[in-house]
Amino acid sequence: MKPYILTILVGLLAGHLHAQTTIEGQVKDNKMRPLIGVSVAVKNGYDGSITDSLGNYHFTTPDQGSDTLVYSLTGYETVEKVVQLTGSTLTLNINLKEAFNELSAVTITAGSFSAGDNKKGVVLSSLDILTTSTNADISSAMRLLPGTQQNGESSGLFVHGGTAGETAQYMDGAVIQNPYYAGGPQIMQRGRFDPRLFSGTMFATGGYSALYGNAMSSVLLMNSNDLPEKSEYEIDISPIAYVNLRTQQLAKDKKSAYGVSYNYINVWPEMQVLNTYFDITRTPEYHTANFYYHRKTRGGMIKYYTEFSHNDVGYSWTDIDILSLKDKINVANNNWYNNVNWTENLGNRWKLIWSNSFSINHDHINRSILDGNHEVQSFSSSYYWMNNKIFTYLNTESHLQSRLVLEKKFRNLAAIRFGGEYDYAHTDGDYNDRNITFKDNYGAVFAENDLYFTNDFMLKTGVRAERSSLMNETKVAPRISTAYRIGPNEQLSAAYGIFYQKPEDNYLMYNQNLSFTRSDQYILNYQKSTTSQILRLEAYYKKYADLVRFVPATQVNDYPYDNGGKGHAEGFDLFWKDQKTFPFKYWISYSYIHTKRQFLNYPTQLEPDFITPHTFSAVLQQFIPNIKTQVNFSCSFATGRPYYYFKPDLENHTYQLDKQGKSSPYNNLDFSIDYLPDFGKTHKKMTVMFVATVKNILGLQQLYTYNYSYDGSYKQPVWPMSKRQYFIGVFFNFGRDRSQEIINENL
Amino acid sequence: MKKIILISCVAVLLATTNLVAQSARYAPTMKTNLELLKNAKSMQDYNSVAAAFTRIGQAEKTLWVPYYYAALAKLHGAMNDQNVDKDAIAAQVDSLLSSAEAIQPNSELSTLHYYNEVLKMTVNPAARFMEEGPLLEKYYGQAVAQDSTNPRIYFMKGQTVFHTPESFGGGPAAAKTLFQKAVDLYATQDSTKDFKPKWGKEDAEAMLKQCEK
Repeated sequence: MKPYILTILVGLLAGHLHAQTTIEGQVKDNKMRPLIGVSVAVKNGYDGSITDSLGNYHFTTPDQGSDTLVYSLTGYETVEKVVQLTGSTLTLNINLKEAFNELSAVTITAGSFSAGDNKKGVVLSSLDILTTSTNADISSAMRLLPGTQQNGESSGLFVHGGTAGETAQYMDGAVIQNPYYAGGPQIMQRGRFDPRLFSGTMFATGGYSALYGNAMSSVLLMNSNDLPEKSEYEIDISPIAYVNLRTQQLAKDKKSAYGVSYNYINVWPEMQVLNTYFDITRTPEYHTANFYYHRKTRGGMIKYYTEFSHNDVGYSWTDIDILSLKDKINVANNNWYNNVNWTENLGNRWKLIWSNSFSINHDHINRSILDGNHEVQSFSSSYYWMNNKIFTYLNTESHLQSRLVLEKKFRNLAAIRFGGEYDYAHTDGDYNDRNITFKDNYGAVFAENDLYFTNDFMLKTGVRAERSSLMNETKVAPRISTAYRIGPNEQLSAAYGIFYQKPEDNYLMYNQNLSFTRSDQYILNYQKSTTSQILRLEAYYKKYADLVRFVPATQVNDYPYDNGGKGHAEGFDLFWKDQKTFPFKYWISYSYIHTKRQFLNYPTQLEPDFITPHTFSAVLQQFIPNIKTQVNFSCSFATGRPYYYFKPDLENHTYQLDKQGKSSPYNNLDFSIDYLPDFGKTHKKMTVMFVATVKNILGLQQLYTYNYSYDGSYKQPVWPMSKRQYFIGVFFNFGRDRSQEIINENL
Repeated sequence: MKKIILISCVAVLLATTNLVAQSARYAPTMKTNLELLKNAKSMQDYNSVAAAFTRIGQAEKTLWVPYYYAALAKLHGAMNDQNVDKDAIAAQVDSLLSSAEAIQPNSELSTLHYYNEVLKMTVNPAARFMEEGPLLEKYYGQAVAQDSTNPRIYFMKGQTVFHTPESFGGGPAAAKTLFQKAVDLYATQDSTKDFKPKWGKEDAEAMLKQCEK
């Protein structure tokens, strides 16, 4: 009996000891590539393993009976397998499918640069915009991206062969009607908006979404910060008469915040030191005040922003037709901009975005011709080209835009967006005592659909219908774009679309028998990006139709404009940013463009005078910890631009190309230095930063283009305002930092 | 005699079957994996032991310690391997830490947050210091506020200060006070046998010596 029991017991014991079940196998992805590091685990148990470099795994478990194995890897859909553990080896080969994941899914990169703090695919950080020695001007920073032209004498962004008027700017989803301060001819103006207001910027060089319209070339979408991290005060002072006072106050419950800022610029001191190519008769002066209030709602946020700005400038230069005389211009501008945005998650993956902007812009421009004694000149009516240069222009323009977008997201990242837009524009102008009034109601409806076939392949289709009451015309614009991932960090993306735009106000104002202008765009984009490097190549073809052109007027108050213009643009852009290879960070842009268009007074298709075929720019930034200093260089090179003299041919109602030439290449090197004496000292309540910038540090002779006299016998170069430009400033920031108090108590 | 044999056999039987509550496996498994963590060399080793700790964490729903060691393993691994995607690992660490903090937020976890931000910064210190600097301060403040006697947070901070140039208020002299504080606190540390974090004593002493040179 005794041996018998013992045998049974030993048998049982041995049985249990060998009841360890071995589980092994291989894990692969859908393309049958082995997956490394997949976690294989008994659900809610201790046992498991991870796959090795060949995707193989192997482990044992003492568990018995029915159990669940869990296979998981970041970025893949988790697989669960119910198994019977019996003690005999189980071989389980598993395939994991890539998960639909907003972070790993491809996005359309054709024609779009994103800048800001959301990390994915970002080309420039908010800080880059502040520190690229562009004097913290958003548009100037964007001009260092490929696809844009340098054109230092003009405000705005000239994108892929388009004029500055073909780029629209948006803040929190609603248009900014007058994004730049007003100025006279030949001097570029800054943007009105402080880049510190924004945490995300998307610069579309083409092929953009059906949600946006009325821009033939490009949109610049800027999104304001939600809430500041803490309350703070800031004072920025420059001896070159620049003062900025700013505060942001975060409510105690951290659910709302407001900010107030006042900015004053007066370049009088700088003018005393610099030689300018113009005689400054009224020192440029800018006042800007803004206020914002942001409040969290149940599932979103309401944002209100208002900004008032006033600027004045006056200068004179040699008259181009009679060299003994001078032209003098005075410009005064008031602008009030308001923006209200309400973004709300309505539940069930519905989202509402209601964006509104309202602005009033008032210009007062006075242009006269003076003789050597500063006496105002007048001319007989036969010198109409001289008389055309003498005017007083008062203009009040109001603009309202309201846009409503509804978005519904589905599983697998699919989404639909649809909505409408209404714009009201009213202009009340007075040109030499002649009243010019016009108003327009513009409406659009749009819908867009995102479709993800896999994480690596998506298609976006959209359509936009727009109508203007002034032109009494309706247009339908389809848009389509797609993105396909070809490697872990590489993707191809393509876009096609039709883009309509109303003719600019200064044509519509005089002749309302015009219709929408149009561009058709085809874009192919390749992007390879890691967190520290981005390579981006883009090729595009763009066809322009129905551009505004005009012929010489034969009588007073005749504005012979029509939509007979056309053109095309094709080219490619290259962008490379690297923060890995060298201790410094740098990015380079190169753009090639071939474009011709017939528009305005161009009698045939010609390369426009704001275009040069080759543009190169580079930015280099290095922080040197030992001296707490950041140095920034940015350089630009552009080949020469064409310039033309079109002779009015009154008999044949046309212009004749009479003279042409090419300006010399453009070179520029800007240098700026930021010194942060408090860097590394975290126990400070106040931080100070010193900034110094020199534009065109090498003092190279820059020449943008030439202007011709009325009869074409004389050409006048267009220079920058001064050879070099300087900025020095000191920035004080006072922020209350509560965490510091806790630390001080404990250490 | 028969009885004794029988009882002991039953005991052995019970111990080896899955009928026994898993918490009985807790101590030995933790011990084995802590040993594996100590001897890990490659990122694969660290990932493997991190996965083991994660499994324990998922099985033992009330313990933050297994997740803590999973995060620590990933951090040690990523710090010592130049070829891994540090940002991807840092994201995994953040998710492990949030699992642990859902059970019990504490100074040890805040210390690992600090460590994780150091990891993120090492990807590109020049470009990231502006962003990471305040986060380091935040987690340092948080860890100290949660437990001002945690030696590891002073040790971690000491490391950062030690490698910061003197012109920034860093360097050995500045780090010395922190290492001294860490060493003093390590001496009073409870070294009883539970699995609460205890690492760093020897390293802190070595660093202190280096500062005194």
